[in-house]
Amino acid sequence: MNAMTMEQTMRMPMRRVLGAYLAEARSECRRYLRAPGFMLPITLFPSMFYLLFGVLLGPHNSADAGRYLLASYSIFGVMSPGLFGFGVSLALERDGGLLTLKRALPMPPGAYLLGKMLMAMAAAGAVVLILLALAFGLAHVSLTLAQVLALLLTGVLGVLPFCTLGMLVGTLLKGQGAPGLLNLIYLPMSFLSGLWVPLPMLPKFLQQIAPLWPSYHLDRIALAAVGMRQDALWPHALVLLGVAAAFWWLAARRLRRVG
Amino acid sequence: MNTPIAQLKNVVKRYGQLTALDGVSLQLHPGELLALLGPNGAGKSTAVSLLLGLQRTDAGRAELFGLDPQSLDARRRIGVMLQSANLPQTLRVGELLRLTASYYPHPRSIAESAELAGVSDLLMRPYGKLSGGQQRRVQFALAMCGRPQLLFLDEPTVGMDITARQKLWTAMRTLVAEGCSVVLTTHYLEEAEALAQRVIVLGKGRVLSEGSVDALRARVALTRIRCMTDLDAGAIAAWPEVTMARREDGRLAITTPAAENVVRRLLDADPALTGLEVQRAGLAEAFTELTRDDQREAA
Repeated sequence: MNAMTMEQTMRMPMRRVLGAYLAEARSECRRYLRAPGFMLPITLFPSMFYLLFGVLLGPHNSADAGRYLLASYSIFGVMSPGLFGFGVSLALERDGGLLTLKRALPMPPGAYLLGKMLMAMAAAGAVVLILLALAFGLAHVSLTLAQVLALLLTGVLGVLPFCTLGMLVGTLLKGQGAPGLLNLIYLPMSFLSGLWVPLPMLPKFLQQIAPLWPSYHLDRIALAAVGMRQDALWPHALVLLGVAAAFWWLAARRLRRVG
Repeated sequence: MNTPIAQLKNVVKRYGQLTALDGVSLQLHPGELLALLGPNGAGKSTAVSLLLGLQRTDAGRAELFGLDPQSLDARRRIGVMLQSANLPQTLRVGELLRLTASYYPHPRSIAESAELAGVSDLLMRPYGKLSGGQQRRVQFALAMCGRPQLLFLDEPTVGMDITARQKLWTAMRTLVAEGCSVVLTTHYLEEAEALAQRVIVLGKGRVLSEGSVDALRARVALTRIRCMTDLDAGAIAAWPEVTMARREDGRLAITTPAAENVVRRLLDADPALTGLEVQRAGLAEAFTELTRDDQREAA
């Protein structure tokens, strides 16, 4: 076989390349659906947090407060599958040699990461739905259908910057070190962005530095989604986009070099 | 036909202070099974991962089908079985095969891949529930399901029982007969001896020897003598021209470059000696001889 014919035989029709992306995403979802021990805590932990602090201990007198807490805890919940679902699984799979094998195989570029991303988006959607159910059922929050959909969309897309942050941590640490560092990022950042306790109730200094945290910007968008804010959203969206692009670039570079 | 399908050209690879490969050149020709041998730390895995594009060379070039090993076009022609890869535990064998086959332009059918690797009865089983040997067979099925022109097998038969190993050897021979090339790293020398057309011995990041199995054996003109005797192995080891003497399964085993002299002396020393066997040394002895200086220095 000479070089010319080999060149031709190795060309993949677009349909098959798309098929490979689909197969990868399907495998990624399937393997974690069959291992509920991994994704279930990631989705249930923030839901429990909302139930305790947002519903049971939250204020019962004001409809606004209920919506505020729902939006903020939704963002707290959405961060979890991004950081942990993406970051921890990547760190574990780098450790176990699966990623090395995938890099040697002719998997189309990014298919593996895309699969993980879709899984994180689905999990983020599930978290928001659980929180909505709790909010309607127990906290008597009322939202219009448009607001429900807006919050859901914010969650499903808003998980992406946190996927890239999780991915970066997953490329820096191998195996069991990742969950620890991710918790050190997740919990303080949530607090400092006013996801647990509304920002106006925090010290002045913490309010001033809140825009440093990506979760602060996502929270602004979520609050707007449930009708709690009217100001322009594009600066927040732009920050999140920039954050996602920067983390993605750093992580992808490291993956290419180190694997 | 003599253009190499994979090669390293004067490759240097360092990890900090350690030089893993120090000016290694090697070529793989179409349809050949090349075994890479060497003690631990000799640079086998580094050579393989450079050919796979998993790492970059510090100097020199690594090529797959004349292309950069990281290019998708090159990778679509190879199949890979790494030494350790924790595949998703919860996916079934059939699902893993379907996923891996989806990466390739002209894959084998699931049934054919499973048949060749002897995992047809495992297709519905979750990967995590399989034994170590079964998992290795599945990894082999994944390596060749894409109908690769070149197969990288890193210690493929570790953890397999004898029957499974024989089956895998048969499958490898079938693939080579179909025109597939294979790069095999192994520390079972009988595996290289049984399968390889060409053997490259690496030691301390350099090519120590390259050639056919016979040529490699001939480089070390050693003979193995085995017999039943009461003579002391330690004393015989001190005889001139004796490379090694020790007890193996109650018999005395000697390696020497001068079999005639040693046998004569043995028979003189112990008239009651029985069960005498004289055999040309295998790859194992040649390999020990080749890498001995290395190990001495290292020790």
